[in-house]
This record gives sequence, C-alpha cells and structure tokens, in this order.
Amino acid sequence: MIQQEIIDIVNRSLAEEFELETENMKPEAHLYKDLGLDSLDAVDMVIVLENAFGRKLRDEKAILKIQTLGDLYAFIEESRRNY
Amino acid sequence: MSINRVVITGMGAVSPYGVGADILYKSMRQGASAVKKCPALEEVNGLNCHIAGSVPNLDEKQIPRKHRRSMSRMSFFSMLSCMEALEMAKITPEMRQNGQTGVIIGTTVGSPQTQQDFFSDYLQDYSIERIKSSLFFKIMGNTCASNVALALGISGRVMAPSAACATGIQAIGLGYEAIALGKQRTMLCGGAEELHPLTVAVFDIIKAASTGYNSNPGRSPRPFDKDRDGTVCSEGCGIVVLESLESALEREAHIYGEVIGFSATSDTTNISSPDPKSIEQCMLAALISAEIEPDQVEYVNAHATATQLGDPAECEAIERVFGNQTYVSSFKGHLGHSLAGSGALEVISMLKMMAENLCLPTLNLEQPGEDCAMVRHVLQTQPLSIRTVIKNNFALGGINSSLILRKYA
Repeated sequence: MIQQEIIDIVNRSLAEEFELETENMKPEAHLYKDLGLDSLDAVDMVIVLENAFGRKLRDEKAILKIQTLGDLYAFIEESRRNY
Repeated sequence: MSINRVVITGMGAVSPYGVGADILYKSMRQGASAVKKCPALEEVNGLNCHIAGSVPNLDEKQIPRKHRRSMSRMSFFSMLSCMEALEMAKITPEMRQNGQTGVIIGTTVGSPQTQQDFFSDYLQDYSIERIKSSLFFKIMGNTCASNVALALGISGRVMAPSAACATGIQAIGLGYEAIALGKQRTMLCGGAEELHPLTVAVFDIIKAASTGYNSNPGRSPRPFDKDRDGTVCSEGCGIVVLESLESALEREAHIYGEVIGFSATSDTTNISSPDPKSIEQCMLAALISAEIEPDQVEYVNAHATATQLGDPAECEAIERVFGNQTYVSSFKGHLGHSLAGSGALEVISMLKMMAENLCLPTLNLEQPGEDCAMVRHVLQTQPLSIRTVIKNNFALGGINSSLILRKYA
C-alpha cells in the first residue's frame, strides 16, 4: 500500500465519521485544534481506522503522540511496516 | 419558601404527524390519524400488532455533529422540540445559561434501538472492541435531558423522571413544583419515546395491543369504543416551557396557559391492571393541589389508550370524581400511544384547542362501550369555551399522575 492510498483511506474514513470538509484535511491540520475533534472522537477514530485497515491499532504506544493528520498518516504507515 | 404561579410560555413537538406543534394540532383538528402500517413490525415473529405512529421526515442533521453524535432518535426528538419551544417562548441564550433555567425530560428506557445495535454486535463474540464512545450517552436514562442541556447550554437543574407512560406529566409536574417553590425560574419539561418492536411487544405480550386493525390502521386505537381492541404505539416528544408568572410578565412573554395543580400517586393493587379507586385518588389529589372543586373542571383529557381494562377504570374514576356532565376525550385515537412522549404532546394539543375555544373528540370513538358509557364523551369537534382542565397520565408499574391547567387570566 503506497502512502497516497493510506492518505485516501484515512481521509475518507474520518470525513465520513466526523463529517469533515475534505479541503480542511491537510497533513498539518491538528486533529483537535483545526478539525474540532475531542477525546471521545479520538476513541472512535481508532475504531474507524481499525475497521478501515483491518488490524488492531489501539494498543500501539505511538498512537498517543498523534496530533496532526500528517502524524496519523505516518503512524499508519509505520504500523503497516511492523504488522 | 415562596409559592409562585407557573405559566406556559412555549411549546415544541415532534409527533407522528411531523416536526412542530402546529402540524400536530392542525392534523388533529382535521381529524387525521397518525397511525399507519409499520412493515418492520410485520417481520417480528409472534407480534400481532402491525400498526404504529412513526415520526416522518426527521432532519436531525440540523443538530451540529458535536451534539448529535451522542444522541439517539429520542434525543433528536427532544432537541428539535426544545428548539421550537425555546424559540416560541423567546428564551435567550443568556437565560438558558444563568442557572435559573432547567430541563426535565424523561423516557421509558434509554434508546432501545441503540441497545439493540449494541447487543447485536456484542453477542457475536462477546467483544466490546467495535463499540464507539457515544454508546452510553444514548442509552442512559437521562439521555434526552442531558443531551438537550448540553446542546442548548442549559445550566440549571437537569432531571429525567422515568415513569413509563406517566413520564410526560411527571416531568411537567416536577418542573411546576420547582418553579412554584422558587428553585428555578424557567424549565423545559416533557417526555420522549422512540418506536421499537420491544415497546409494541410489551403491550402485545400482555394482550393490550391492538391486533384487529392491521388492514385499517387509521381506525385504531379506539379509546372508549365498544370495538376497541388495545393500544397502538407511536413515538415523539412534547416539550412545554414552564416559567414563573413573574418572569413571564417581566419579559412580556405570551402566556398559553397556567399550571395550577399536580399529583403523582401509586396504584399498589397490581403492576399492570389499573384500579379505579387509585385513579380517583390521583385526580382528587390534583384537585387538592390546585385548591379547586371538581365542578370547576370542565374537561378531562383522559389517558385512555383503548385497552380493555384501562379505559373503563378511568371512566369509572372520572364519573366518581366529576359526575357525568364533564366533557371527556382522549387523544390516543389521533396519535397512538407515545408512552413517555404522550403526556406533554397531549397537553400541547389541549392548550391549542382551548385557545380556539374548541373541544376535540376522541378519534375512532363511534359508540362507547357499555363499560365506558358513564361519562360525557366528546364524539365530534365542538365549540366549547373551556377554562379549567385535568390531564391524566397513567403507567404500567402502577404510576398515576394528573395535571390541572387553566387558561391564564
């Protein structure tokens, strides 16, 4: 899976779940400050992404450091390598 | 301890007729039934009632996602009803946030559809790993009240009485008492219910659901009628804005009516079969609360859900308290029975009918059953200037409640 596919899947999943405008979904967008998500959304984000990528992500320690969409893309890419 | 007069300054409704208090009343005024065939009920094994009142064309997307995410259908109903009621009452955001405005909205059980969704997933492999964060907020008993308070920034009391079919009147009664005692200045009060096969099944199992009108849904339920065969479930939410008279006058708010008495009592004789004596005691307690005599009540808005046992028990009690000259009708024939939603929805229709100096009949009541014939039934819409009314709401579980309202003067 190339990085663009990851970006597309993440953006599509999050846009649908959280009703986000796709033009706001830039790598530097902060999940909380720019996209308006909160701690409950973060829980649901993991569930949505686990479903989209077909693997468990919730126990990865690196997940706690994610702040931007770019961090999220990198996290998914890294978890894919380690899977 | 202060005793304030309590008036109604706003109303909001989501009913099987649609969204809005106006469509609710206009549809009833036209004699339209909200009951229709419900294909989802036909698919339930063993369920014999296939008709219901479902809310059409709900646009919940007007509620911001941040608030909508923790709401189920019953909270959507509550939110849209409260938005309408607040707008009608012209309650400002500042009033909502000053700690003197509260919200009391109850339901029978937290969202049954959400509970079904949870257990359908959970029972596959006893895993909670696919369950999203908003689950609890949709099934908790206070789901409607808390979601509304959060979304509308209401910072006063938040309460959620759960008294099944008596919930709506209990909510209004609790709000009335809080304002009368000076504990709150304004309160949004009512009840909400979402239709689910579980609810219909509850009545079907105990042989209290209508099963003989599946081909003619608009002809049932038939409160008091000789051919009644049980209740028909529906869904919706009614909300009234209660306010101290002092506050309403100060704001120059339009006053739609006054709450002057409330009672809530327990029928300890049986968990499902209503006892006329208990109903009588409940209505008498409401009269004492209102400090009026029975002959001052000109109209009874009955709970009457068209069951074999409930309707005659209520008629017997009405006859004992008010005699046979006080007008009586039930709105279940129009609306079906929206359980926790029914009390406030029916109060709203009643206030609107009183404003027009009309008395609406019991839809589908063509010939009263012999066991219900002892009171003065309203069989068709008639001009009638009504000043003081009593509204009954009774529940499985032996909970009775009555509210007394009058035109403001």
